[in-house]
Amino acid sequence: MKTETIDVAYVAGLARLQLTPQEEALFQQQLGNILGYVEQLSAVDTSSVPNDPIDPHLPTNVLRTDEERPSLDREAILANAPKQADHLILMPKIVE
Amino acid sequence: MSLATSTIATLRRRLAAKEISPTDIVRDLLARIDSVDPRIQGYLRVNAADALAQAADADTSKPLGGIPIALKDNINQRGEGCTCASRILQGYTAPYDATVVRKLREAGAILLGRTNMDEFAMGSSTEHSAYQKTCNPWNPDCIPGGSSGGSAAVVAANEAIAALGSDTGGSIRQPAALCGCVGLKPTYGRVSRYGLIAFASSLDQIGPFTKTVEDAALLLRVISGHDPMENTSRPVEVPDYTAALPQPIKGLRIGIPKEYFGAGMDPEVQSAVRAAIDWYAAEGAEVVDVSLPHTSAAIAVYYIIATAEASANLARFDGVRYGHRSASAADPLTCYKNSRAEGFGPEVKRRIILGTYVLSSGYYDAYYNRAQKVRQLLRRDFEQAFGKCDIILTPTSPSPAFKFGEKTSDPLQMYLADIYTIAVNLAGVCGLSLPCGFTASGLPIGLQLIGPHFGEAAILQAAHSYETAHDWAARKPELA
Repeated sequence: MKTETIDVAYVAGLARLQLTPQEEALFQQQLGNILGYVEQLSAVDTSSVPNDPIDPHLPTNVLRTDEERPSLDREAILANAPKQADHLILMPKIVE
Repeated sequence: MSLATSTIATLRRRLAAKEISPTDIVRDLLARIDSVDPRIQGYLRVNAADALAQAADADTSKPLGGIPIALKDNINQRGEGCTCASRILQGYTAPYDATVVRKLREAGAILLGRTNMDEFAMGSSTEHSAYQKTCNPWNPDCIPGGSSGGSAAVVAANEAIAALGSDTGGSIRQPAALCGCVGLKPTYGRVSRYGLIAFASSLDQIGPFTKTVEDAALLLRVISGHDPMENTSRPVEVPDYTAALPQPIKGLRIGIPKEYFGAGMDPEVQSAVRAAIDWYAAEGAEVVDVSLPHTSAAIAVYYIIATAEASANLARFDGVRYGHRSASAADPLTCYKNSRAEGFGPEVKRRIILGTYVLSSGYYDAYYNRAQKVRQLLRRDFEQAFGKCDIILTPTSPSPAFKFGEKTSDPLQMYLADIYTIAVNLAGVCGLSLPCGFTASGLPIGLQLIGPHFGEAAILQAAHSYETAHDWAARKPELA
């Protein structure tokens, strides 16, 4: 692990997060400190751990029987949408 | 004795004897909330009319019949808001009950109100709430701990009989320690998270805040168990935790990890915890030295794994289906970016960026995969330690409650406040905090007892013996 400077604006774009220039500058410095701190993990000997560690305590592929059951209330769900009409959630236009 | 200051166990006895009614309890609590919450600000919302209606219908023959419980504002309760103390969920109304809420209702509990927290449970002081500052009931200049600071404060200030919170890196145990109540983080898989708004899915657990260990045992039994709606909940039998409480602690092997007693611990915390160890030894417990050699790496591992998971979990808040949508959204991409920019606070943004970064192409192996490997080593540490002891004893927090603003400018300092609690989540084991003394300035000190996977009965039993031999739980904050 080597210290990298986070390109905050680029990563924020990946995360779909608009930042102000002030936030970018602040996070640049704060996240730099945090990454400096986590650097210590490179000194830990992990040779005894398999390369793709699987958590033995986590169940995988848990299935339940495919039974009909009541779903959530449609009106209550739609009522939470910022914009809606005719039982549809409205979004800004994607194509002109 | 006022009803608001009572425990679940006492109220159940008095309800059964028909000395009091659920409505009496709710009225007493509402009066208490009116008188102290303007100063404590532990509640985001109290639905008094609904609580009184629930009290009128309460069946006191049920395990929690007529007992009012407060809920952290990240647990869905049908028909109520669930903001995670974030602007982005302002106006959202939960369309369903979380499994723990359904279980509380089935057990007869009264859902009293919704408590303040760090936004999306990210923080250790509740200062990251977008709505209000919750004060520590023992000193209004101090933080209550976090992220479940509201739940801890309302239980400590006798504004609720008990509460639920969530714990991802210490968010139940640390505020319980700092506010002087009992807080328990169950084993990963013990309690269903269905309906808990996710922060870091491989770490989150829901657990109780109570005034006594006996109450924690009662409440834990109600909320535990397998849930077909939650694939990490485990089909492990739920024992009668209350029945285990009176068992003697003679011969109990208590492990003391040397890594948890190093530099950085407040001397008053150190001496209170040492006194608790001495008490256990005098009572016939076998105190053994154990080692958790990867302890110093735990915070670094946590802030990679938890932020990575948070960046994925919080992607759902995009202004489309629920929550805040930016007024300036002319196209979908701007809608996502601006809604999130306007809706999330600084700590949430910081963690989303860090999490996105450690998962991004070229950095995944160096950060995320490496952290997962070290996490396995931390797990092994606990497995090996539990080969030599039944429970592990540590401080809950390196210091008592700190002042507002003391750690907000340096996120890393805030993260280091979780040094003794974080590894428990990474290993998936259970942990409990209970009061073990007070500082000279009158702030509570917390003792942490850690048990192996599904070992809640052992830590509850050990905590109960300590608690009944000390009168810390009888001390109440002076709130005129």
